[in-house]
This record gives sequence, C-alpha cells and structure tokens, in this order.
Amino acid sequence: MYALKSILCFSNLLPFVVIALLGFIYVRSKKQPLWAEAYRRLSKNRLAKLTLAVLAIYALIAFTESISWQNSRITPQQSIMDRVFTLAHVQRERTYSQPFAHYTTGEPHPHKLKGWHILGTDGAGFDVLLETLRGCHTAMLIGGLTTAIVTPLALLFGISAGYYGKGVDDVIQYIFTVVASVPSILLQISLLLVLGQGVVNICLALGLTGWVGLCRLVRGETLKHRDREYVRAAKALGVSNMRIMTRHILPNLLPIVIISSTLAFSGYVLSETILSYLGIGVPAGVGSWGNMIDAARLELSRSPIIWWNLTSASAALFILVLALNIFGDALRDAIDPRLRSN
Amino acid sequence: MIGYIIRRVLYAIPILIGVCFITFFLFYMTISPQDLARRNLSAKNPTQQQIKAWEIQHGYNKPKWQQFVDTTKGLFLFDFGRSDSVGGGKIITRLKQSWLPSFEIASLSFIASLIINLTAALIIAYFRGTYLDTFATSLCVVMMSITYLLYIIAGQFVLGRLMRISPIAGYLPGWESLRFVLLPVIVAVISGFASDTRLYRTFILDEINQDYVRTARAKGVSESLVLFRHVLKNAAVPVITNTVSAIPALFLGSILLENFFNIPGLGNYLVDAINNQDFAVVRANVFIGAIITIVGYMMTDIGYALVDPRVRLE
Amino acid sequence: MPTPLLEVQELRTWFSTSSGIAKAVDGVSFNLNAGETLAIVGESGSGKSITALSLMQLVPEPAGYIESGRILYGGKDLLDLTWEQMRSLRGKDLAMIFQEPMTSLNPVMTVGWQIREAMEVHGKYRGDEARQRTLSLLDKVGIRDPKQIVKQYPYELSGGMRQRVMIAMALSNDPKILLADEPTTALDVTVQAQILDLLANLQKQLGMTMLLITHDLGIVSRVAHRVAVMYGGQIVEQAETKQLLSNPQHPYTQGLIASLPTRARRGEDLYTMEGVVPAPTAWPVGCRFAARCPRKWELCERVIPDVYTAEDGRPVRCHLYSPTELDKTKSPAEVAS
Repeated sequence: MYALKSILCFSNLLPFVVIALLGFIYVRSKKQPLWAEAYRRLSKNRLAKLTLAVLAIYALIAFTESISWQNSRITPQQSIMDRVFTLAHVQRERTYSQPFAHYTTGEPHPHKLKGWHILGTDGAGFDVLLETLRGCHTAMLIGGLTTAIVTPLALLFGISAGYYGKGVDDVIQYIFTVVASVPSILLQISLLLVLGQGVVNICLALGLTGWVGLCRLVRGETLKHRDREYVRAAKALGVSNMRIMTRHILPNLLPIVIISSTLAFSGYVLSETILSYLGIGVPAGVGSWGNMIDAARLELSRSPIIWWNLTSASAALFILVLALNIFGDALRDAIDPRLRSN
Repeated sequence: MIGYIIRRVLYAIPILIGVCFITFFLFYMTISPQDLARRNLSAKNPTQQQIKAWEIQHGYNKPKWQQFVDTTKGLFLFDFGRSDSVGGGKIITRLKQSWLPSFEIASLSFIASLIINLTAALIIAYFRGTYLDTFATSLCVVMMSITYLLYIIAGQFVLGRLMRISPIAGYLPGWESLRFVLLPVIVAVISGFASDTRLYRTFILDEINQDYVRTARAKGVSESLVLFRHVLKNAAVPVITNTVSAIPALFLGSILLENFFNIPGLGNYLVDAINNQDFAVVRANVFIGAIITIVGYMMTDIGYALVDPRVRLE
Repeated sequence: MPTPLLEVQELRTWFSTSSGIAKAVDGVSFNLNAGETLAIVGESGSGKSITALSLMQLVPEPAGYIESGRILYGGKDLLDLTWEQMRSLRGKDLAMIFQEPMTSLNPVMTVGWQIREAMEVHGKYRGDEARQRTLSLLDKVGIRDPKQIVKQYPYELSGGMRQRVMIAMALSNDPKILLADEPTTALDVTVQAQILDLLANLQKQLGMTMLLITHDLGIVSRVAHRVAVMYGGQIVEQAETKQLLSNPQHPYTQGLIASLPTRARRGEDLYTMEGVVPAPTAWPVGCRFAARCPRKWELCERVIPDVYTAEDGRPVRCHLYSPTELDKTKSPAEVAS
C-alpha cells in the first residue's frame, strides 16, 4: 500500500511525460509531407534503424532507473533496475574483483565473492554493470534536460532577434556575443562553482552556455524566412506577429533545430565526463560514466591493472555517442538531401 | 586595416564589460561575502572580526556597484588583485609564471592540428567516392564519439607508459620543456583530428563541385594543382572560421591536459582554483579567456580579408 | 567534301542515379569539320551539354561515365587516352567556355593570373611572353583597358566582361576546337548579341572550329554553318543552317521553328509544343519524340527509328523518312491533337 503511494510522485511521472511528448511530436509531424518523406527515407536506411534501436535500448535502461518507489516507510527508495539486480542476487563486495571472478583482486588475501559479477566490481565493491547502467540514466537525463533548456531559449531569442531586427536584434546579439566570448568551459566551471554540484545544475550550466550556437543558427534562418513571400503575404493579411512567428516561421525551422539538437545531445553527454573529471560534475553516489572514467586514471597504474571499470564506462559512453552521431547524420540526410555531406 | 583594428578594439570594450558583469553577477550576487570568507579562511570557526577583516582585505565591504566598478577597472588594467584563498598571493604573479607552458601546448597543438587535419582532408577529398574515403569518414565518426578524457588517459598510458616516448608528467622550463609538452600535444592533436578532418573534407568537397573547378580542369590544370591551388584557397574561408571556434576548445584542452600531465600552466592554476573555490582566480581566467577569444575573432576577419578579395575590412 | 577534324561516333554518356541509369547521351554521332561552326540545339535535358563535356571528358564524376563510343581526333580515339594525355589536350587543342560566367572563374584569383595559368600549364607561353599575350588576348576579345582588368577579381566585373575573359582564356593556347556551352544564356539580351558577334568574328579571324551548344534556335543563324538538333539524348536532324531553318524535316525541328517568334508571323499565335522531354532514366521504347509528335504513327511507339537520309541528303532520325513504305501505309495512328 505504501509502495503504491510512493510511486505516484513527480519524478516517476516525468519519463511518461517525455514519452507522451515525443509520441505527440511524431504523430503530428507525420502528417506533414516533409516529415513523412523524411521518415520514409529513414525507414529505408538500415544503419539509421540500427542506431535507433540502440538509442531505444538506452532509453529503456534509463527508464528502468528513473521509476522508483519505497516498499515501506523504512526501506530505501529503489528503482526498477535496483530491484532487478537484487532479484539476481547482485550484492556489494569488499573491493575490486575481475569480471566473472570468484575472488576479490588487489587484496593480499583475496576473499571469496558473495555473488557473481559479469563486469566485475569497483574499489568500493559495487557491481560495475549496475554502475554503468546507472550512468546511462544520468547521461540520458543530462542530454535530455539540457536540450529542454537550450531549445526554447535559442528559439525564443533567435526568432525574435531575426524577426524583429533593429533594437531587439542588437540587444540579443550583444547578449550572445558576450556569452560566446567566454570559452564555454570557463563559464560552465563558474556556474557550477556557484550553483554547486548536481545533475540539474550541470544541465543548467551546459544549457546556459550551449544556447548561443543554436540561437545564432535560428536567427540566421529566421532572417532568410522573414523576407519570403509567404511571410509577407501573412503580414499583408493582417496576421499577428506572434502567430507568424509560431505558425509560419517556427515549423520551417524545426528540421534544422531537430538535426542540430540531435548532434548537440551527444556533446552534452560528453561534457558531463569532462566536468566530472574536474570534480564539479555529477556528485559521488549518482552513477556517472565521467566519475567512473575519472576513477580509472588512478587504477591504470595499479598492479594488476584495473581495466574493467574504465572499459565498461567508456564503451557504454562510446556506443551511445556513436549511435547519436550516426542517427543525427542519417536524420539530416533524410530531412534535407541538399544538406547531404556527399 | 589599422582603423579596422581600432574599431574592433573599441567594440570589444562593451563586450568585455558584459563579461565582467556576468562573472560579477555570478560570484557576488549569488553568494554572500560572509560565506566566501568562511570558505576561505583557514580558521575552522572564524570570529566575526576575522570575517570582517577578510571582507575589507578583499574589498567585499563596499557597496555592490562600487565593487563592480572596482573589479571591472582592475580587470581592464590587468590588475587582478589577490587570490581569495588561503595565503592570497597576487594573481598576476602566478599568471606571469604560468602563461608560457599553456601557450606552448596551445600553439603547438593548434599549428600541428591545422596542418595535419587539412592535409588529411585534402588526401581524403582526392580519393573521394572510393573505399578509402568511406573508410576514413567512418573512422572519423567513430573517433569523434570517444570522450576527450579517454584520449588523455589512453595517450598517457600507451605513449608514456608503454612506449616511453616522453616523460609521463611534469615540466621543466626552457628548451627542456618541449620534451614535456610533446605528450600533451600529441594527445591534443589526435583527439581533435576526427571532427576537424571530417569538417574540412566537407568544405573541400563543397568547393570541388563548383563551376570554377571545371574551368580549371578544362584549361588542362592537373588534378593535384586543382586541389592544392584552386580548391584549397577557396576552402580556406570556412576553415578559418572553424579554427577560431577551436580557440575555446584549446582552453578546455589545456585545462584537462595540464592537470593530467601536471604541467604548471594556466589550466592547472584554474583547476587548483576550482578545488579551493577561489573565485578571484576563476574571474581573472574568465576575463583572459574572453580577451583571447575576441582577439581570435578579430584575427579571423583579418584572415578572411587576406584570403578572399571579396571581403573588405569595414 | 570538307575534312572532319573531329568525329564522334555512337557516343553514349550515362549517369547512375538513385532512380536507375540516366542515358543522358545515347548514341550521338556527328562530324566537326575544320573551320566550321556547328551548333547543337536542344531543350534542357536533351543531353547537349553533356555531349560537349564528354568531348572534354569532364563529365561530372563519379555519377557520370562514358559508356561507349568513339571520339576520333588527329587519328586517335580520345577515349583511349589516359587521364594525363587527355589533360595535355584540354585547353590546348580543345578549349571550352561555359554557361555561367558568374561562377566559372575562380573568385579568389585575379583575372590575369587565371589567363596566364591556362598558358603556363601547357608551357606554350611563359613568363613575360604570357603576360604580354594576356593583354593582347583581352584586347582581342574587346576589353578596353586590359592592364587594369588583369589585376581585378571576377566579382569586380560584369557578366559580359567575365564571359569575354573566359573567351580570352579559352583562346590563350590557340586551340583547334572551341566548345562553347550556352555562352550567352546567362547574359542580358544586349550583351548576348555582342558576345555572339565576338565569337563569330573570332572564329572567322582565327579559322577556328567551333561547337556551339545552345537551346535557342533563334541565335544559330547568326553564328553557325551547320546545325544538329538534339532530342532525348540523340541527334534527330543535321543540316546546313539555312536549309534547316527554311526546310525542317523532323517533326521536332518543325515544331521548334514554328514556335520561334518572327517578323513575318507577327500578330499570330505562336505554336506551342505540348508535353516535356521524357526522363532520361526511362526513355520510351519507340521514338523518343513520339509522345509529343503531331505526325506519329502507331509504329513510332513500338520501334525506335534509325537515322534515315532525307531528300537533300541530310540525316534525320524519323520513320517518316524510312525507305520502307510498308509499315507506314499499313497502320497510321490517329494524328494527335
């Protein structure tokens, strides 16, 4: 009974909101000929379908980690993933152990392991597979949330700068020149120092520095569309500025925004590892590939070399980013064959 | 030309004031000076007097606008004041010591990258449409998907520990320093190779399909001259744009590389400051980073004008 | 009997596209006689530009390729030459000017440098000689202030000026054959006439052989001695310019001429040809013009016509001129309205 009550909270609702939103966008966009054509081309591209499947698996893993509840008031909050691992009798060990090993590594007198770990355990005895899968949730959360911050910001500023021009444009251009003048890593460091560590804060830092590039792109595109006949015609018919921007210009910008967001998503995931390395990223205790890779640089000099921690995290990260890059390229080719990079 | 530079410098002033405002807003408006003092004073439970003294020493007792004017003026005069952390040495002294190693790494890897990536892109473009092209572009996508962190770790492990090409970490001044920056430079070049080469290839292929290339071929110009003479000069414009966007990336590179290879440069100074929550140092670094970026933009425009006769500096 | 300088036999240039093989040039044969101007006329998509590019072997790669045929020049088949051998002919024996003077010159190099480069790659003129020759060439193509122009960049010149520069560049190595691919299409009407007259004069003066590619039948009488009409990747009719214009034999040529505005037919409605050129990926089985032909027979849609000889000896690719009367009389199709 308590479990049922604890499952009904906002953080558990969020994944469903995201899924509903994506589904809504898909269904709506399919009605437009441009997108229908793009989906048709995508469905013919085998590599794109494969990468989409990979991304779906990552999303599914992230999903199992993001739904969590308590069994009773005294037991800890456990996600679906935790529960699956508990069912599989994966427990915390004393310290490092190699994949599939029966004894711990790096101790003068190796202890027998309590369970069986496909990818071994780390220094604190945690199962590396579980940590890697947790990192997947963190990565998807950072990528998704940052995109959710960047896109509206960039669209708002980019479209209004391009559409209104003059004073509005000057002010917005000034703001983004200032932000672009600071190397983004420095601004991210500053923001995180002030805000403190945390997944949401990382997204804020990445988002507040990342909107500039997309904003410049959107502004440029809006400038092109502003002088097209269909916008002039709409103006002549007395359509309000707000409606022209949201109903006429915005749909034309969507392809380019979606393509660059897909490619930027992988950039955000990669940034997390760097911020974690600098010690201002994801706090300890939240599974993160950055923290795992960061820990590994000390482990490589140990004897025997602790390689499984580093390998698992970087492989998981690599596959996600590779899939995103390939899918982004395929999407670009599908949406606009003229943009094709030969 | 000189008029243009003067105008650009004047235009940089409001931008830099904006940068100062952002950092001021971040560091002074969101955190109270008492908190700052507590974080940075060595005593575990500082007395009210100690906090007051620290605030006065670092100028945090004045009104906010006065503080903004003071710090901004200081930054513009390259008078960065004292560090917020324990000891509180002069920031400028540390900057003077640490700019050279950073400059060495950044400039060497910048130049090496540009030459290597452009050559690779030209070679790939020469073999466009063949299996070599497909292989190279796929390799680029794969290499782009690897985190920078892994390049550093693997670079140090393979080049330093296994192959013993150069010292694993550390730094000595003078010519000796080249031995120590070699490893970071190699890592920087390799890690940036994929994305730049892929991009340059696109730029070059965009040019290869232009009409003037057909004209050059119709004149009987050989394929290699077409590529290295006609195409390269035209592709230089987008390449220049891209190299400037690499300047902030150089910062990121130097921060990670210096810290990892234990080289006493600006990046290492910054990481120390992050660990000590030393805002004054971070502020100074942000300001210097902004100046370098703005100078980079300026050099791009000058580069355009040198390469493309259609561009006038106005 | 004039001596052919260049003989093109059964040339086929194809493109592999996502929707199949596009047979842009599909069995083109013609002779280019020394000292004459031959115009190839056709609609866009008829394959006339690709024919010219095939002669230079500059078909856009990797999609386009020369499938088969022979291009005989100086006793050799140009298609047997290596890339390097062909390169040494380009710009020297065969020179070409293009449709878009706006984009055909390298934007970041001076006009003078680009003309000199054309000479220096072949080593015929070097250094000061090349410099001097650049000035005299520019003078020859009617540019008033050559010394000033050589220092300028293409963007500083008007379209007509650029096309003159292109012509000067093409003439720089005294080519035997000049290929002009729609040299006036992108220009203003007044400039068009100037450039055409310039080309005609230069051709006469230098005794050059010229192949003019154009879609505009109206301009050929000004320049060309002979005309070849192209349709659907094939030449459908070849004749002396005067005879072709006054007495067209192929229904397509007849249609083209009927749709030209002339002084004599002032006030009348112009003839319009229905339909468009079929897609080169799917040429019809029979005659390629059949779908638009006002005089087609049932046979036309089934069998592709050979090249037959019309009354005055000109080659025409049409069943109307077939020596076998049999099929025609048997089953004439309804005349298309």
